[in-house]
Amino acid sequence: MSRHNIQVTINGKPYQAEVEARLLLVHFLRENLNLTGTHIGCDTTSCGACTVLFNGKAVKSCTVFAVQADGAEIRTVEGLATNGKLHPIQEGFHEMHGLQCGYCTPGMMMSALALLEQNPHPTEDEIRHGISGNLCRCTGYVNIVKAIQYAAEKMANVKKEVAD
Amino acid sequence: MIPPSFDYVAPKTLSEAVAALGGNENAKILAGGQSLIPLMRFRLASPALLVDLNRVEGLSHIEEKEGWLKIGAMTREADVERSSLIHNKYPLLADTVKVISDPIVRNLGTVGGNLANADPGNDHPATMLAYGAEVVAVGPKGERVIPITSFFLGLYESALSRDEILTEVRIPVPRPRSGGAYLKVERKVGDFATAAVAVQVELDDQGNFASVGIGLTNVGLTAIKATTAEDFLKGKPPSEENFREAAKLAADAAQPVADVRGSEEYKRSLVRTLTVRALRRAVQRAKGG
Repeated sequence: MSRHNIQVTINGKPYQAEVEARLLLVHFLRENLNLTGTHIGCDTTSCGACTVLFNGKAVKSCTVFAVQADGAEIRTVEGLATNGKLHPIQEGFHEMHGLQCGYCTPGMMMSALALLEQNPHPTEDEIRHGISGNLCRCTGYVNIVKAIQYAAEKMANVKKEVAD
Repeated sequence: MIPPSFDYVAPKTLSEAVAALGGNENAKILAGGQSLIPLMRFRLASPALLVDLNRVEGLSHIEEKEGWLKIGAMTREADVERSSLIHNKYPLLADTVKVISDPIVRNLGTVGGNLANADPGNDHPATMLAYGAEVVAVGPKGERVIPITSFFLGLYESALSRDEILTEVRIPVPRPRSGGAYLKVERKVGDFATAAVAVQVELDDQGNFASVGIGLTNVGLTAIKATTAEDFLKGKPPSEENFREAAKLAADAAQPVADVRGSEEYKRSLVRTLTVRALRRAVQRAKGG
């Protein structure tokens, strides 16, 4: 058994911790840091509920060890809203009813964020492929796709306003 | 599910990684971790030491050099997927990476890990068999090159010795009039193939098959190279009749077993149908279509 000191930036805030090598990133977030917005769904690398951004890329935090995150920048669902204002993706899920039980939602939103950062104007097909690693048992995905389309439009408008 | 305790090192150089691996009999390499970590969580694997390759320099590249496309072992599937070189010139590989697991897993999953794990359900093994690829391995005694045809020895068993690290896979740069395709039937995104077929062809100046590679995924203990079907096609014109005959031979080469994904007959039938379609698409691409 080995323990390791790690330094991780989570939602812009630096953290230091000593972790056992076998500690999974999702447990580190939820149990050590009390960031319980990231959900544990299947526990088998299948469902994507635990998706976070790891140096800008969507990963399943149940399938990464916390020690691997040493020096990394992590973003979780808690980092989406700023100053009490919902992120366009959160707003999209709210406006378009992109959730029912809400269990998959944090992971779904983080996947959507990674997708829109890489491809700000995705087609419906690209959205569906982009979130194909995230399972939702309630919605049938229709409103999730609409929520991401809403967010894409909103984010493009915000960008345009900033440019103007 | 929490994995059993283990020691962990994250070396910065390949020689340190080789030394760490050689220093512990129950050491395992951590690459993308997308197969290993779930196995450890199910306690189907309990390595005493994980040697993490994620901080080793020089294992992540996609480049054409000396007649080969060289892909570093730690290259992420997502990077292969986004490479314009792969997209333009290696359609078989481009088809393959798009259907490996799901997009989130592909952000971490690596080409080297997909091969070294020697899982017959993984997608790169059949594709590399169809390409006639080579694998580079580094161990305490130095580097050696292993032809892909002698790399897969059995279920989860490769030609790598315990203290060797797969560092690169090399695909011969396709000559003019080459094309390929990978067709996979899966129950859902993220599942292993029910069956999949990889085809890489080269046509001669008459338009006949100059070379053919056919690999089969998840219909045996290893990925299978359908050599009888390949030999049958060599020198022949790419006709529908020949596709059908070769597909029959490929289905004969398959050794599927019935499981939750389907019966033996169903999987054999899939191999037959997918081989015809993959040959058709590969030939079309070889002709520039």
